[in-house]
Amino acid sequence: MRIVVAVKYVPDINADRRFVDCRVDRDPGVGTLNELDENALEAALRILDALPEDERAASEVVALTVAPADGDVALRKSFQMGVDRAVRVTDDALAGSDYFGTATALAAAVHRLEAEAPVDLVITGMAALDGLGSVVPALVAAELGRPALTLAKKVDVADGTLTVTRETDEATETLAAPLPAVLSVADTANTPRMPNFKLIMAARTKQIEAWSAADLGLDAAAVGTAGSRTEVVSAAPRPARPEVELVVDKGEGGTALAEYLIRNELV
Amino acid sequence: MTTSTQPTRNRTVLVLLDPATEVRSGVLELLTIARGLGRVEAVTLEAPTVEALAQLGAYGVETVHQAEVPTDTLAAAGGDGARHLPSVVAATLAAAVRRTDADVVLAPATFAAKEAAALAAHALGAGLVIDAAAVGEDADGRIVAGKRVFAGAWDTRCVVTADVAVLTVRSNAVVPEPAEASVATEVDALPVALAGTAGVVVTSREVKERAPGRPTLEEAAVVVAGGRGTGGDFGPVEEFADAVGAAVGASRDAVFEGWFDRYIGQTGVTIAPRLYVGAGISGAPHHRGGMQAAQVIVAVNSDPEAPIFEICDFAVVGDLADVLPQAAAALRARRDG
Repeated sequence: MRIVVAVKYVPDINADRRFVDCRVDRDPGVGTLNELDENALEAALRILDALPEDERAASEVVALTVAPADGDVALRKSFQMGVDRAVRVTDDALAGSDYFGTATALAAAVHRLEAEAPVDLVITGMAALDGLGSVVPALVAAELGRPALTLAKKVDVADGTLTVTRETDEATETLAAPLPAVLSVADTANTPRMPNFKLIMAARTKQIEAWSAADLGLDAAAVGTAGSRTEVVSAAPRPARPEVELVVDKGEGGTALAEYLIRNELV
Repeated sequence: MTTSTQPTRNRTVLVLLDPATEVRSGVLELLTIARGLGRVEAVTLEAPTVEALAQLGAYGVETVHQAEVPTDTLAAAGGDGARHLPSVVAATLAAAVRRTDADVVLAPATFAAKEAAALAAHALGAGLVIDAAAVGEDADGRIVAGKRVFAGAWDTRCVVTADVAVLTVRSNAVVPEPAEASVATEVDALPVALAGTAGVVVTSREVKERAPGRPTLEEAAVVVAGGRGTGGDFGPVEEFADAVGAAVGASRDAVFEGWFDRYIGQTGVTIAPRLYVGAGISGAPHHRGGMQAAQVIVAVNSDPEAPIFEICDFAVVGDLADVLPQAAAALRARRDG
């Protein structure tokens, strides 16, 4: 079993996130592994943990990211959780990629990994906490010509078939697809493991492979700003909210709440 | 960016209606936005109901394109439930764009619709905007989307530079308004050439029941949410919600505790109502990411240090089990008096 987990380097949601020149600020001081990717890593590691020992030994989990060099933070964290290998795709030509450019680069990296040996599964988190688009897994699958099962809250891999249960807004669904496939897991799918001391120490010195757009045979005109079909033309912080009107309940808090809603024509 | 009721260009705008059993307020918003951009047509995966057709007519939709997906493709993918798979919806949208030479596609901001929109844009070489909070055009007639990002802390504007724009739009972006005159709506069969679903099979699909008498969380103008501070008792939250005609939601913690089924948050339901009332919710970044775009934020929490107080307009420091029933009673008395 060979699994690629696509992870993203994002600004920490607890930090002061901002835009600089209409791009998400990648200040390395606040960059981290997208928290939702921990569920993807956990899902991959559990699939391997369930294999017989000899099969596990022949298996591999590869963490893959498209990011500047600072993105190594996300890959080190992936090593801490227990991945076997990490690849970073870095190229100035990739800066400013839209959803399609990102998916094209990820798919090209999967193809390069396939030149070594087949990849059975590509797993992602349910969203990246900076963009929250949730569409890249389906687009990677479209680029690879493989089925995508997304937003899984329950994952099962057996006899070359991936089966997931998921909650959409409309329905509870169980879906199946043959491997190789693309899978995205919901944050309700599992509880990511805590890194142990041995893995934390080992992660410090693990080698990260860096690939360029040319290494992947990517057409520079099809990715990055050049290939993007959308352009962010302005980004501004919202004005601060007016001072909060605070009432401490001494028996009349509910009445005060009702009066506030009536006064402001909210009911 | 301008959002006018009179389109300045001769565009065709397609609106996704899935399911087609009813036209929810979110779709009515899409139709309202679409009329400001051009001529509006709808796309469905199944036959619209009579009520749905009447509403589409009232909103100025003359044509509904109803997908005809090859039956053997559907059968191989698990039957009728496969109709709503993102790959099937995407192929339908792409076919509709090609048939009508449409310039814009609008879809709701559900996870399923986002994926379908992305796959359709991929097939069409279109520009894609996910979760727009406003849609308009720039001086050159290009489609511009306004987005709220970073938990509602930043506003961005995004121009679509490709010929076709595909957008998913959040609820509560506009107030739905029927067309000046209603029209007769015709249903046109839309052949969708789809050889398969890349091996995806729907082995079971159970459509969720909607809570009767309450608006849906995504679309409600008023939302009341309960968190850890409820201690598992959502009675006061639901009583207050019913007094103000609100939808009920929860924090992720409350859902993980098994106290409620759907949570508001950046990975749960993302809402932008006119009024949000959070009860017993501390306001962790995850939750704020799902509700900070609300116009007015009210919080009730017994902890005066709760972070949610930093982002609200009105707050009561107190026990929700006292405050909410008292407020509900006052509002009911006003309504009934």
